[in-house]
Amino acid sequence: MSKSTTSRQKLPVQEISAEHSPDLVYFSSVSENTKRFVDRLNRPAIRIPLRPRVEGPIRVNQPFVLVVPTYGGGEPSTAVPKQVIAFLNDPQNRDLLRGVITAGNTNFGAHYCLAGPVISQKCQVPELYRFELLGTSHDTERVTEGLRDFWSKLATAEPTTV
Amino acid sequence: MKSSTTDISQASATPPNYRLDPSVPLRPINWNHLDDPKDIEVWNRITSNFWLPEKVPLSNDRSDWLAMTHPEQTATMRVFTGLTMLDTVQATVGEICQIQDAHTEHEQAIYTNIAFMQAVHARSYSSVFSTLSTTPQIDDAYSWAIKNELLQTRVKTVMQYYYGDHPLERKVASTLLSSLLLYAGFYLPLYFSVQGTMTNTADMIRLILRDKAIHGYYSGYKYQRHLETYPRPDHERMQEFTHNLLDELYELELAYSEELYAPLGLVDEVSVFVRYNANKALMNLGYPGRFDASETAVNPSVISALTPGADENHDFFSGSGSSYVIGKAEETQDTDWEF
Repeated sequence: MSKSTTSRQKLPVQEISAEHSPDLVYFSSVSENTKRFVDRLNRPAIRIPLRPRVEGPIRVNQPFVLVVPTYGGGEPSTAVPKQVIAFLNDPQNRDLLRGVITAGNTNFGAHYCLAGPVISQKCQVPELYRFELLGTSHDTERVTEGLRDFWSKLATAEPTTV
Repeated sequence: MKSSTTDISQASATPPNYRLDPSVPLRPINWNHLDDPKDIEVWNRITSNFWLPEKVPLSNDRSDWLAMTHPEQTATMRVFTGLTMLDTVQATVGEICQIQDAHTEHEQAIYTNIAFMQAVHARSYSSVFSTLSTTPQIDDAYSWAIKNELLQTRVKTVMQYYYGDHPLERKVASTLLSSLLLYAGFYLPLYFSVQGTMTNTADMIRLILRDKAIHGYYSGYKYQRHLETYPRPDHERMQEFTHNLLDELYELELAYSEELYAPLGLVDEVSVFVRYNANKALMNLGYPGRFDASETAVNPSVISALTPGADENHDFFSGSGSSYVIGKAEETQDTDWEF
């Protein structure tokens, strides 16, 4: 079988059952900068597949916060990694998104963490935090505390959906 | 029988390997077969970021330049000559010397691109000189550069590893040059732009910063990929090497900044910027930052000159989370992500 035939086949969606669906979802490229940040949060998290055509797309079943790196050369159209776009194109995943945390580098100027505002605007969720590269220990402390407060406030605000 | 890409790779070598075995068949680069998807991603990004100093209207800074004090002009000339030195080293040695160590043929091609872009950066500082200053001023600055011991030492500290015999040491040295050493110099034009002066020159520096971010990211990323192929004891040795070299360069940066910035009273704030970038250099190499938040709190107006909009509150967590409202999410398709 040729490679092009297999890549056209739709792989079944991996449903993450409600009890195993964590409140943190992230994407990280082979450089794993974002993964290393998420690992330091010491919180269950699931990674959006790097190669959805090989690994199959995922569908989550609990509200979550998304952590993403910013891609591209500064164009809003390329800022969000295409794997993240595919993940958010699934209506169920998109409905469960509650906020976005973005990685970037201030060297990119006005385009610093551009994926954050793009997702925030498109999905109508708040941009919660920005950090650079692997994030510093200050960043992981802020996000650890922040996520704890965020989820408890949200549980009060919308008890039926969280 | 048809040959597979693997057969072809195994029966041949890339041109830089000629030096090891002149009899080996040499292979043309094949962009149709990628060993590391990061290579094409970085190639596309650096080629789409291509720019030339002629695009920046530097001559609009001429009246600002003429209004500057003598110490400000001298500091500017020296800062830019120092940056030219670093980019010359990087274009002619720092990037090129990594070609021989590359693990993929695309990695080799990327260093040639980065080397050329570093030559453009070195060229761009001269565009500032020829637009604003006079030949005697330029000659004075170059004469200062070749005689200045600190400037020479910081460059040669890195150069010894470029011409050394360890591929990983070359990568660390190159990443630290791209992500740490240049920043004491970049501070001055960013600082001036905060004062509303020399803003076109600052625009040019922002284009350079955008490139440097990718150059530092890429050599740091490849350092980590190469390091993975070494046994465990080498990982510890390289971590120690990196921290020692960072310490050595950091001390030199502080001394160099003292000399350049003392007349302008900016030594303390430049030192913060150096530490902030030292952390980023380490992170590019996959190591945690070394300096804590209180030591790296860059002057907020300089951060906003660097990143317009970053002064807005991007720490939602510290604001009032109760204002949070769930909006109505739109239907999204791949094509919708273009605004």
